[in-house]
Amino acid sequence: MPILKNGISKFLLLFLFTILTFPAFAQSSGDGSSYLQMGMIAVVAILILGAVLQIADSLLRVEAKNLGLDRDNTNFSLFPSASEIFKPKTPDFIDQAQRVVNLDSGFDINLAGEAEKEMRLVNPTTFAVKPADFVGMSPIPKVLVEPGHEVKAGDILFFDKKRPDVKYVAPVSGEVIAVNRGEKRAIAEVVILADKKQMSYRSYTAPDLNTTAREDLVAFLLESGVWPMIRQRPYEVVADPLDIPKNIFISTFDSAPLAPDLNYVMMGKEVAFQKGLDVLGKLTMGTVHLGLDARGTQPAPAFTQATGVEKTYYHGPHPSGNVGIQIHHTSPISANERVWVLGVQEVVTIGKLFTEGRYDAERVIAVTGAELTTPTYINTFIGANIDSLIKDNLNNDHVRIVSGDVLSGKAVEASGHLGFYDDQVTVLEEGDEYEMFGWLLPLAPRPTISNTYPNALFPSYKFTANTNTHGEERAFVVTGQYEKVLPMDIYPQQLMKAILVNDYERMEGLGIYELSEEDVALCEFVCTSKQPVQQILRRGLDMMREQG
Amino acid sequence: MGLLDFVKKVEPDKKTKPFLHTLYDGFFTFLYTPDHVTKNGVHIRDGMDLKRTMVMVVIAMQLCYVFGSYNIGHQHFVALGQHMGFIEGFHLKLAYGLMQIIPIFIVTHVVGLGIEFYYAYKKGHGIEEGFLVSGALIPLIMPPDISLWILALAVAFAVWIGKEAFGGTGMNILNVALLARVFIFFAYPTTISGDEVWVAGLAKDADGIWTASYNWFHTGLFNGLFESFGWDTFQPGRAMADGYTAATPLSLAFQGGWENVTSVYSPGQMWWGAIPGSIGESCKPFIIIGAIMLLVTGIGSWRIMLSVVLGAAFTGWLMNMWGATPFMEVPWHYHFYMGSLLFALVFMATDPVTATSTNTGKFIYGFMIGVVGLIVRVLNPAYPEGWMLAILFMNVFAPLIDHYVFEANVSRRAKRTAVVKRVAVEESAEAVSGGH
Repeated sequence: MPILKNGISKFLLLFLFTILTFPAFAQSSGDGSSYLQMGMIAVVAILILGAVLQIADSLLRVEAKNLGLDRDNTNFSLFPSASEIFKPKTPDFIDQAQRVVNLDSGFDINLAGEAEKEMRLVNPTTFAVKPADFVGMSPIPKVLVEPGHEVKAGDILFFDKKRPDVKYVAPVSGEVIAVNRGEKRAIAEVVILADKKQMSYRSYTAPDLNTTAREDLVAFLLESGVWPMIRQRPYEVVADPLDIPKNIFISTFDSAPLAPDLNYVMMGKEVAFQKGLDVLGKLTMGTVHLGLDARGTQPAPAFTQATGVEKTYYHGPHPSGNVGIQIHHTSPISANERVWVLGVQEVVTIGKLFTEGRYDAERVIAVTGAELTTPTYINTFIGANIDSLIKDNLNNDHVRIVSGDVLSGKAVEASGHLGFYDDQVTVLEEGDEYEMFGWLLPLAPRPTISNTYPNALFPSYKFTANTNTHGEERAFVVTGQYEKVLPMDIYPQQLMKAILVNDYERMEGLGIYELSEEDVALCEFVCTSKQPVQQILRRGLDMMREQG
Repeated sequence: MGLLDFVKKVEPDKKTKPFLHTLYDGFFTFLYTPDHVTKNGVHIRDGMDLKRTMVMVVIAMQLCYVFGSYNIGHQHFVALGQHMGFIEGFHLKLAYGLMQIIPIFIVTHVVGLGIEFYYAYKKGHGIEEGFLVSGALIPLIMPPDISLWILALAVAFAVWIGKEAFGGTGMNILNVALLARVFIFFAYPTTISGDEVWVAGLAKDADGIWTASYNWFHTGLFNGLFESFGWDTFQPGRAMADGYTAATPLSLAFQGGWENVTSVYSPGQMWWGAIPGSIGESCKPFIIIGAIMLLVTGIGSWRIMLSVVLGAAFTGWLMNMWGATPFMEVPWHYHFYMGSLLFALVFMATDPVTATSTNTGKFIYGFMIGVVGLIVRVLNPAYPEGWMLAILFMNVFAPLIDHYVFEANVSRRAKRTAVVKRVAVEESAEAVSGGH
């Protein structure tokens, strides 16, 4: 056994050391003993005791693993682990039997402009589906509609010629008014002018979950157009229908800055959510895992009372709500495994396909940011036009509009549309101004993780962030920064360096498969050298994906 | 916006005068944070950048500068037997100390920044602020009487070969400030070792007696100023005091052990820093205040500092146990009072570029610096100080330590997936056998 071999070499070293103390004994002051020799013998004795305890401990743990008792990470060793002693108090609503994961790394960015929990009535006129939202989509997919076509909600708009069975459908009914092209004739977006009065839906006959085979279920999901809502890890591309995933993970809370409160979003959608979970349960060979919020407020009953899933509570700062972190702490993936991830509202859409027989692309969007006069929630559909969401709500003209959160969202124009997977719009001030001695004596408060600012003294202060880089790009200098905000057993800076030098083996060994851009977005935020970490990671992921 | 408009108007053209543009860009970004906005990634960035990080380290060192400059003067006059109290002759000591350190500071920065500016112009990027910290550290580790041309050569070597040849800021393997000192140590050893170099301003006159030597700035400018106030003045030609030894505590310990040290200096004197030595290393409380500043702001790694302390203490204790020479019997806690141990562990060992980058590696790195440095200090027959050599030695090993930490991470990950595969294979085997 390797443990014993390790122990034997340790004993040999100690034996050698003890032998070496005899000359020291000869040199001693001659009163019969040498402190050094006594010291060495004491050290040897302690180390022997420590080695015996260590072997016993390892044997215990190995036996526990062999018997299969180690399912939920209980501590079978002789010694209490430090995390058990210093665990933060779990909130009262969590049962003792529930699994709670405490994450100690991370950072919550407190921004001003959180959405108030009320629905604002807004009717966007246009909706769009953008091929660029889907990672790995070929730039020119086959578009089946033309400007002037009437479509129903759920009608097929386009598909990727490399994967013709995955269909991308219209979120609303109406008339296709434009198929806009971007650089090199790539399709930028397919824009639909929504029906003002009644939505018309494409009709489906949903198969019975208990009797349908998995392949037929998959075929139905592909044809109905909900398949693009299922993404896979690694690479975050739309899931491959031929795969059988090891597990399916859903994170039921979003810890990103100004993210919508998914408990509020899920009000009234419990039945559809549970149906969606049942559908997903049929698709995987493992289980559907739900990640619940243990940071304070009790999660919605839709999450706590979900059946047929494994629930885990996560406690800690951002990125505890990221599904990649939750996968790492529950069932980490390797290069050849596939895990599927979905957002909460996407599960509801899948559920409604089965409960109501139609493609319901309804989304509750949080419109947030300090540059809005009243940040609120809005009930609309996938791909809504941005201008209608933030119209008459801006108190500043020089802004940047982000579809998604400030860390991993994409900048959009006011004439653009919401991203397919996004449920948030953030409006930030564009910070393209010079600041005198800004690096030494900053005049405006800004969010930071550093203790060189007095931010640490005011932990609940909400910052108005702007888009200034606050410094120029440099080589990697400071170390240990990324590890402080990434609660995974990964060395992110070394991984970035491996990607920059195109070292495929190193990238894979260091765990690039476990990461997605949203997981390292916080690393990019805190980076002193202003490196484009998310871009580097995306480059690395594309390299690994192309390699196969 | 008046200043900003003026500064923008005098901007030299990038194509026709590239060197001037690089210079201009360096000073402009010093004055103003640029107006760049985020693209293709996070939309907001932390307020912290490299300039601010470097400046915090420089600020942490300033107390050492203040004390060090004054101490140069104090040691000079104590050697002459004048103004023995610390505060006596304040104006003289301050003037003398500043006159010594300001040329050293200026030469360091002109040579170092000149080379950095040249390379920034050559490579076409902006001036990078890595030299702010090295340039602030180099004067503090030099003997007060160092010849300026030797200093210039050393700084040129350190910046040119030690840093720019490897790619600039963030790419060097060896600590730049220590490289400057080690260059002088190996190329001009008599100027940086021995008993006579640590007190400034003493020279052998025609009869071979050590006397005070001043230049025009002291005798002409300052004496004139002080006389007009009616204060004491510099007295050129005054002989060194009888029975004075300019030896540092370390060389005394090397010659005769702790009793020898305490016969000349008291532990309190060594703690508060009124002893000869390199310019910045003597006042321990100010170094500790600097360490606290770096730790609170999170810029200095506590792991490295703690493990160097533990390594040095452990080795010192082992030496005490062994006790073969008088130097070995210096109590292990007094090793922190002597020499540059505290200064090296706070400012030199914690340099993030040259230290290990993993947290586990930092413990190993710091501990080994403590062990190796103390071994060199106590067992070295030629030179009773080891921190410069120990830190440079461990700088070379830092990538190796990191490599093994990364390999452990890689194999841990491989084992995780192997266990998962094994469990999955067992489960599917169970399912197949159990289903029938």
